[in-house]
Order: sequence, then C-alpha cells, then structure tokens
Amino acid sequence: MSAQRWRLGEGGLIDRSRVLPFRFDERLLHGHPGDTLASALLANGVRLVGRSFKYHRPRGILSAGPEEPNALVELRGGARREPNTRATQVELFEGLEARSQNRWPSLGFDLGAVNGVLAPMIGAGFYYKTFMWPAAFWEKLYEPLIRRAAGLGRAPQAADPDRYERAHAHCDVLVIGAGPAGLMAALAAGRAGARVLLVEEDAALGGRLLSEAEEVDGRPGAEWAGAVEAELADMPRLRILRRTSAFALLDGGVVAAVERVADHLPEPPAHLPRQRSWKIVARRIVLAAGAIERPVVFGGNDRPGVMLAGAVRSYLNRHAVLPGRRAVVFTVGDDGWRSVADLLRGGAQIDAVVDARAEVPPEQAQLAARHGLRLVAGGRVTGTQGGRHLTAVRFADAAGREEGVGADLLAVSGGWNPSLHLACHLGNRPRWDAAIHAFVPGELPPGLVVAGAAAGRFSTHAALADGAATGLAAAQACGFDAAAPEIPRAEDAPRDAVPLFHVPGGRGKAFVDLQHDVTDADIALAHREGFRAAEHAKRYTTLGMATDQGKTAGVNGLAILARLAGQAISEVGTTTHRPPWTPVAIGAVAGPHRGRHFRPARHTPLHDWAAANGASFVEAGLWYRAQWYARPGEAGWRDSVDREVLAVRNAVGVCDVSTLGKIEVAGPGAAALLDLVYANTISTLAVGRLRYGLMLREDGFVMDDGTVARLAEDRFFVTTTTANAGAVLQHLEYCHQVLRPALDVSLLSVTDAWAQLSVAGPRARDLLAAVLDPGPDLSNAALPHMAWIAVRLGGVPCRLYRLSFSGELAYELGVPADYAEAAMRRIMERGASFGVTPYGTEALGVLRIEKGHPAGGELNGQTTARDLGLGRLVSTRKDCIGRRLAERPALTDPARPVLVGLKPADGRTPIRAGSHLLEPGVAAVTANGLGHVTSACFSPTLGMPIALALLSDGTARLGQRIRVFDPLRGGDLEAEICPPVFVDPQGERSRG
Amino acid sequence: MRINCPFCGTRGNEEFTVLGAADPVRPDADAPVPDWVAYAHARENPRGPHRDLWQHQHGCRAWLVVERDTLTHAVIAVRPARDA
Ligand SMILES: [Zn+2]
Repeated sequence: MSAQRWRLGEGGLIDRSRVLPFRFDERLLHGHPGDTLASALLANGVRLVGRSFKYHRPRGILSAGPEEPNALVELRGGARREPNTRATQVELFEGLEARSQNRWPSLGFDLGAVNGVLAPMIGAGFYYKTFMWPAAFWEKLYEPLIRRAAGLGRAPQAADPDRYERAHAHCDVLVIGAGPAGLMAALAAGRAGARVLLVEEDAALGGRLLSEAEEVDGRPGAEWAGAVEAELADMPRLRILRRTSAFALLDGGVVAAVERVADHLPEPPAHLPRQRSWKIVARRIVLAAGAIERPVVFGGNDRPGVMLAGAVRSYLNRHAVLPGRRAVVFTVGDDGWRSVADLLRGGAQIDAVVDARAEVPPEQAQLAARHGLRLVAGGRVTGTQGGRHLTAVRFADAAGREEGVGADLLAVSGGWNPSLHLACHLGNRPRWDAAIHAFVPGELPPGLVVAGAAAGRFSTHAALADGAATGLAAAQACGFDAAAPEIPRAEDAPRDAVPLFHVPGGRGKAFVDLQHDVTDADIALAHREGFRAAEHAKRYTTLGMATDQGKTAGVNGLAILARLAGQAISEVGTTTHRPPWTPVAIGAVAGPHRGRHFRPARHTPLHDWAAANGASFVEAGLWYRAQWYARPGEAGWRDSVDREVLAVRNAVGVCDVSTLGKIEVAGPGAAALLDLVYANTISTLAVGRLRYGLMLREDGFVMDDGTVARLAEDRFFVTTTTANAGAVLQHLEYCHQVLRPALDVSLLSVTDAWAQLSVAGPRARDLLAAVLDPGPDLSNAALPHMAWIAVRLGGVPCRLYRLSFSGELAYELGVPADYAEAAMRRIMERGASFGVTPYGTEALGVLRIEKGHPAGGELNGQTTARDLGLGRLVSTRKDCIGRRLAERPALTDPARPVLVGLKPADGRTPIRAGSHLLEPGVAAVTANGLGHVTSACFSPTLGMPIALALLSDGTARLGQRIRVFDPLRGGDLEAEICPPVFVDPQGERSRG
Repeated sequence: MRINCPFCGTRGNEEFTVLGAADPVRPDADAPVPDWVAYAHARENPRGPHRDLWQHQHGCRAWLVVERDTLTHAVIAVRPARDA
C-alpha cells in the first residue's frame, strides 16, 4: 500500500478498512471508500491536476463539488473515456483510471504554456480580431491550431458501450437537495403524508453537514442526517434519488434530472443502465440546493494550492485529508474562520489570516491570539508564487504594506452565492441582496419555493427551520397536513462579511473565470471596447460560458463590470441562467432511443418473403421497401430493374405497395369532408368506383395524391403516398374537427391492416383469374378501369381495385395483412405460367416516369396542380382546401415551370435528377435557369435514358432542345423536350 | 410544458403537436383573395395570452384550442377545437 501522506489519522466519513487502488496519469495511487477522486489525489499529495484552457497554466483543485472549474479529468479509457469530468464529483472506485487534460507532452512540462507568453495577443475577443482575414486560412490553419492548443478533454472515438434509461416520476412534493433544509422539507412533507421525491446530487445525504465540524441536536451533523435518512427511508410514499442532479426546471412543474446509476462503479452491473434521465412532474417543488462559495479575484489566484475555504473544510472533515501543511486563510468575513479552526485541529500551520474586514470580531481575534496566528485585519492577498504549486502568498495590510509568507495552501472565502439556478431557468431574474452581498431568488416560478442557503439564509438553524416550513407548506398546498416538525438545535451564528470580490493591481494574472481563462484584464478590455452590458461582456470575454457555466465566476465578473462602470452590482444586471445545471451526457438525454431504437424499422407484411426472394431494400421514411429482386447471373441492379420493367410491360409483375397510407373515412358526412379535402369532386363517385384524388394545401400548392374508393354510400377508402401517410391523416382530422365539426365522420388509419399488392401487365387479368377464388367477373365490363370489387383468395375476403400506376392493365389487391405472404406465394405459384415477376420500387419508379405520373420529385411542396398538368382536376364548382389561393396570379403564371419529358439528344447520355435546365448557348448562371430535372431513369421500354422536368413555358417548348447542366457532377448535355407521357399516351392499355 | 387534454387528462407536451394560431377564420369560398392570403399567412405574434391549435397526436387525436401565455408558457385554458 502506498502512503497517503496527507491523510489524517482519524475522523472523516471514509472507510479506512478498505484500500482502493487507482491510477492518475498512469501513476498507481490509493484511497478509501468515501473518497472522491479529488480527495484521494489530495491524500496522495497530488496538487497539479490539469492545464488551463487557453494559457495552459498549471491548475489544481479549487472546490469540493459540482462548481469545480479546474480539476477536470478524462475518466476511464477506451470507449468509456469521459472527458471534462469533475474530479470533485467522481466517487473513487477500485481500479479507477483518470488522466489530466489539455497538456502536451506531459502535465509537468507543457509546451502549450508558451501561450502564456503570447497572452497579450490572445486576450478577450481575439477570435473576432485576429483571424478575420483571409477567410480560407480559418479552416486550414487557424482552426486546427486553436483546436490543438486550446480546449478540454478528448471525446471517445468508439460507440458508448453502456445503456441509458429514461424514466418519469410524479409526486406531490419534489425536494431538490438533501442538506439540512432539504432533509427537513422532506421530513415535514413526508410526515404529512404527501408523495415526496427527494433528489440529491451527492451519494450521501447531509449536504454541508457532511463537511462541517458542527452538531445538530447535540450530535455530529452527519449522524443527525443519517437518522433523518433512516426515518425517510421508512416512509412508503417517499423516494430518495441519490447521485441525481436536477439539471433543469421546465414549464408546468416539470424538473429534468439525471441519475448516475453506475458512475461510481468500474462498469455498470448487468441489467443496470449507466445513467438514467428523469422527467419529474411535481405539484410543488422545494429548491434546497444550498450555496456555492465564491473565490476572490487576485493576482495568481489560479495557482494549485489556492482553494475555497469551504472546500478545505470538506477535505478535512469529510475526507480526512489535510489539503496543506502551511496555510494562509484569506476571508472577507466570519466564514473563513471556520476553516482556520478546522485547519488548526487538523494539524496545519497557519502563517497568516488575511481578513478583509478592518475590524475583526473579538472572538476571532482571540482565536488568532490563542494560537499565535498572524492576523492581518483589513488585508488583501495581492499575489502568489510557485511553479507547479503554491510556495508563497503575498498580501498587503490595511495600510498597503506588502509582504510575503511561505505557504502551500491558500484558503479563500469570498462569501457564498445561493444556488438559485433552477429558480431562474424559466426566465425569472435573481435579486441582489446587499445584506449578504449575493444574488437571491427574485420572483419565483409557480409552484416553486426556495429554502435555506439557496434562499440566502446561511446558518444551519435557518436552513432547518426554512426546510421544515417550506416542506410542510408544500404538502399543505397538495392537501396534506401534520404538525410542523420540531426544529433541532443547531448553530445560528451571524455571517458578518464585507463585499470584496476583486483585488485590483496585484501581481500576475487575476482570473475571474478559471475554466475559460478569463482575467480581470479581459473584462476591463471588454468594457473599454464598449461591451458593457452583462450579456455583452459575457459573450465578448466568454466569461461563464465554459462547462461550469461560471458557477464560481459569474458574480465576480459582474462586480468587476460594476466597478468599471461606476455602478452598483444591482444596476449591471445579471446574465441568464440556462439549463443544464451541470453538463449532461447526450447518452442520458437519448436514453434507449439510439440506433434502431431511435429510428425503428417498419417492415411490410411481405418483408420476409421479399428478403427470401433476393430483394435489396431501400429506406423510405421508416419503411424498408424491396428495391429490386436480383437474379443469379445479373451483373448489377440495372439488369434486375430492366428485367422487372419489361416483365410488367410484356407479361405481368407484382409489387408490394403496402406502405401506401390507407385511411377509412366513414359516416354520413364523409363525402362532404372529402369534397373539402380533395381538389376534385368525390361526392359524385358511385359506390364500387375509384377516383384519383389530388389534395392541395390551403396556400394552393399540391400536398399529396392518391386514390379514393367508395365502399358504400357513407364509407370511403383513401390512399396516400407513403411519405405523407401520417400528415394526411392529421390533415383530415384537422379539416373535420376544426373546419367542419358539424360533419358526422369517423377517420381511421388502416395502413397496417391491409397489405396492398400491385398486379400489373397485359397478363394481369389472367393471373388474377387463376389466383382468386372462383366467382368474380373480371371482364372489362364488370370491372372496368377505376372500379373495385370484393373478392376472396383462399377464402379470405380481399378487395380488388382496378387502377394503374404503370399504364398497363393493372390492379391493386388488398389483402388482410396476416394473409399477405400466403397470397404472394399463391400468386407466384399460379402465376409462373404467365411469367409473373416480382418488381421493386426502382422498377415502379421507372414505370411511372415512363407514364409521366408525378411522385416525390414532382410533389415537392412548390408545385401547383397546373404545374403538374393536373389543373383540370381542380373543381371550380365547390369550395375545397387551396382552391382560392391557387388562383393567385403568380400560381397561374404561364411562365411557371410545368411538367415535361426529356430525352437525350444523342439517345444515350444519362440525365441526372437535379440538373439545371438552360437555353442552349446562354451563360450557366442562376438567372438563366429555366427549371430542373425532377426524376430520371433509363427506360428499358424506349431503350434510352428519359427524365421528367419542371420547365418554364414547358408546353410551348415541346419539340425544342434544352441544355441539361449538372455542374456538381460534371453533367452537360442537350435534350429534346417532349410530353411527359412516354408510353401509351392515349392510355389504352390500362383500359384494355 | 403540460397540457390538460379535456379527454385524456394532463399530459406532457411531447404527446402533442402544435399547428399555429387558432383564431384566423377560414373565409367564405368566394371571399376576396386578400382575405384568403391573410387567413393563410398573416399571424399575430403577441406577448401574453394566445390561442393555438394543438393536436393530441399521440393520445386521443383531438384537435384542441390551447390558450397559453407566450411569455410565461402558462396554459390558461384547453378546449376541444370542435367546440371552440
Ligand atoms: Zn387527448
């Protein structure tokens, strides 16, 4: 076992019976359960833990909590490597591995420290000034250099191997923080019978009671907290979430929190997530988040060994670590004297106590005298010395006389800032309280109260009393009641202090924001350059914009701005508190919704059949659609697609079109609703017939198309495009409930209930006659184009719709989803003699391009019915969505691009979708653009490439030539403009 | 944000989708085009109470008129759109 030379022999909330080996920068060290990584490093005498963001200055451990700006490490390795982890919050576990960040080649010798020499060049706003010109240098030179020199940890390259969960909780009273105020609030609300959730960021309950040498109810504070915890644990309606940070207050009494379920273990145990993100819905919230100690800004205040005075007590009392042997304490009031007492008890030598107050209260003066301490009343620390670690502190007395003393620890107490962040997340501004020199919550969001130190009431007694009162009131507001709990005895000492935020004119850089390396000089520069408002100065200097969100920097920055402006802090204003309170891993936010769970795959009922028959699949939204069915001997996809297209043109093909949206519209008002929704008239459709339906948006552009089948007088079956299935249902519901609520209509999505098979080609009728149960008359007279009949297949009721997308004699067979595969097998079996060929979406696309049917490329949200050659469909005899605005002059301008066909002039050069159309011979500039290619393919029917395009004055240009220009992919050809229907323009085949 | 669906009770806003202002009234079929343009495109952007159309899309699919404060996000009233 290696010596933990800075570990105290007794005391603390650690388990000395167990030793935990761990590594920091490959060095083997040891600690105990109850340690944080920070306390274990200090116990081993490790003071230098990282290099700063911009100047690569040596940095140590400033705090003992979530506010830590300096001690950020890379935790774990490989795929679990986690950069920018606060060592002050990492619970030590056996085998923990951590590395210092932002240093090269080593922590002790860092070449980046040369940035310190260049400091005059890289002050505030340097991003905006230095790298303005030439622009091309930014990407190639400046940015890579800056990224290497400045920055924090490295993100892992591999996928996160751990699981994350999302959970919801509902409660009457949510208590955030389990210090004295939070414990009492939970106790009061719990005893009243309310459903209570107590959320604590730390692993242990007790808050500052774990870190202070003080008693509650006549016993050590931690012991009292343990007794309360035991009572709370027995309450059936109360739940404690430890290691859980409430990181955001959202609208409507919702709090977002993240629970670090397994961060304190080397790896998550089986079946447990690494972290769990909570959405907590609370009727009342008690914010008892405590307070954060404020450093003072003075020269050299970033040197390792400079530590917050309250953190010194945490390490002494909670972790039994002596953070330094020769200490100087710099305090603005009473509070730092608690560190004096604890340091003395821990065996440290105190060389000086620099108290900013001119008059130090007698009790403290006597303590100093009793121990022979040098007391500097009205003093200021003006500088520090040391290389990688503090070796001396310089200070000035009230008269300005400066001197220095040797020291390896400088404990700084600048007062306390209430942790009011959550109270401000909904936009409420905090209020400056001149009595305690800190911001306190101002107007509160509904349902939230603030208790204890978070409300600026700092004594333990005040916290206990505040917690009891707010907890009981919260329970009462939810309809519960009980007697108020008795307030236990605790210290209630005053917190006298003077407002001192900054010691100007000291030696060396004086840091305001340690994590972003923002100094007092940077703020002065921002002020000189006119960035005087708090929000402007913040952005110009980046103060408070690092991962710690300026928890230790914000108020000092405002104080310096106020002084420069000659204003009071209350006049300078504050910056906005935004979630999250501490950084939240993206994995915790995503929870289980990643990979396939983020984007689930939708499979049609024929997916397995298609896969077994050689289909390649293409994603269409969430759907996977068979794209083509490769056969042995085919050299590439084009071979398969050409074969499938020709099979449809010459024999018969079958295609799975189950992904089409399908909606049943039923009720006496159904026809009237569909007349409103579709541009063409639906109410005149006879039962047993189908009609193409075109849907506009209210602004006159085309929304979607599909078919409408009238199943009965009051019942319709409508289809939508695959992409718009959800949107069309929502639109129908809108039109019904908002625009036509008087209509008696029901709407139901039946997309997943029906498999839909397109059977197309000259042999389609013969095939269906062989496949369907005997009975139905499939003749042209009995089942003409655009009609439907009920049929059976193997006894299963199906529907046969006669409609054509390919232009051939074609049907769509609707089969209940569970029977789709059986139907397909029968079609393939009985259709073999007709040459039946399954075809995929690629052939489907070729067939419809050959036929000039608009689809995705043409239904792009910017085309009108007229643009697509469908203008005659829009009824002028009835009201419908989009009719009136489609009449606007710009939408009826004859020069608008309209749908045309294109053939390469040479009969063979492929045309690419997306190509621009230009008059041959004119300059290829945007102003000369006449339109673009919307869909393109090779047509095996014509034996040449073809395309659909939207072209200005397209109808007038038929027969002319146009330049098809594709600068991105090097395409440039001439094409002949032709009508968009390449195959069977009279439509005879589909009616045959 | 939480929305009190009159049919389902109070639910998180992730169950709902928002469309936009509830107050523009669809003009008569033959009203002048400027009236239609205003209906389709012109929107107030008030600071304070505002009536929006929301759909309880991942719930009962009712379209709702939600009156809420655009500044505080407080939900003031929720009614079925068909009754509004
Ligand atoms: Zn609902």
